[in-house]
Amino acid sequence: MIPLSYYLIVSAVLFAIGTAGVFLRRNLITILLSIEIMLNAVNLSFVAFGRYAGDLDGQIITFFVMTVAAAEAAVGLALIIALFRHRESLNPDAFTSLKW
Amino acid sequence: MPETFTFYAFSAMAIIASTLVIGQRNPMYSVLLLIASFGALSALYIQLNAPFVAVAQIIIYAGAIMVLFLFVVMLLNAPREDAAEWDRSHPLQHPNIGRFGALLAALLVVQLAWALTKVSELETPVGARADGASVGSVLEMGRILFTRHTFAFEATSVLILVAMVGAVVLARREGSNQ
Repeated sequence: MIPLSYYLIVSAVLFAIGTAGVFLRRNLITILLSIEIMLNAVNLSFVAFGRYAGDLDGQIITFFVMTVAAAEAAVGLALIIALFRHRESLNPDAFTSLKW
Repeated sequence: MPETFTFYAFSAMAIIASTLVIGQRNPMYSVLLLIASFGALSALYIQLNAPFVAVAQIIIYAGAIMVLFLFVVMLLNAPREDAAEWDRSHPLQHPNIGRFGALLAALLVVQLAWALTKVSELETPVGARADGASVGSVLEMGRILFTRHTFAFEATSVLILVAMVGAVVLARREGSNQ
């Protein structure tokens, strides 16, 4: 059997990769993808802890996280489309003014 | 031992694919690699005796959310990053900010390592306490979802409705309502 800590280490590594993606990339779509990586890392932790504790709450909350991720992707991508229409760019540095 | 082997194989696959996601210049490759990462994670869920989550991962994440991303990437005709110009303007190119960022990153790694070593009982196998049969069954999950977590479940429906309306309003072309 795999110890719980192994799953937590995988989850921590994935979360760190997602964080690095948010800070290092200059493309709004890649930044959203990095956020998805982070959400998935947390999901893995939840499921591993749920299995460890022997109840289903870990899997239930994963279900809710997926729902929130879907809503976040829909709104985030709509925002990206609206921003791209104004600036013809996906570089976050292009969106520095609140009003134009 | 096959279980250990599959764990290492799929963990490595998830981590490598995720690393490549943030290393790609072309967002199209990033999206496709992320689907591979989600597939590997779904295999880990099956190993954790959570078949419903594994299937939902494939259907919702790899199926629905990633297709939405792909559509947007194609719709925007994803401009290839102007690598040289973008990298030159990156805040981390500034030496002081770069040093500060490296310090914070090292701090994060130390924190994670400390937290992982501090938590007790971590060496016990992950399935040691589970009594087996009922855990992970869709029937049992539905029962809990509609009894103990009813409010959260209903709140989710409002969230999705709001997200849907918000997405339509935001992506609408201005002045097209006349």
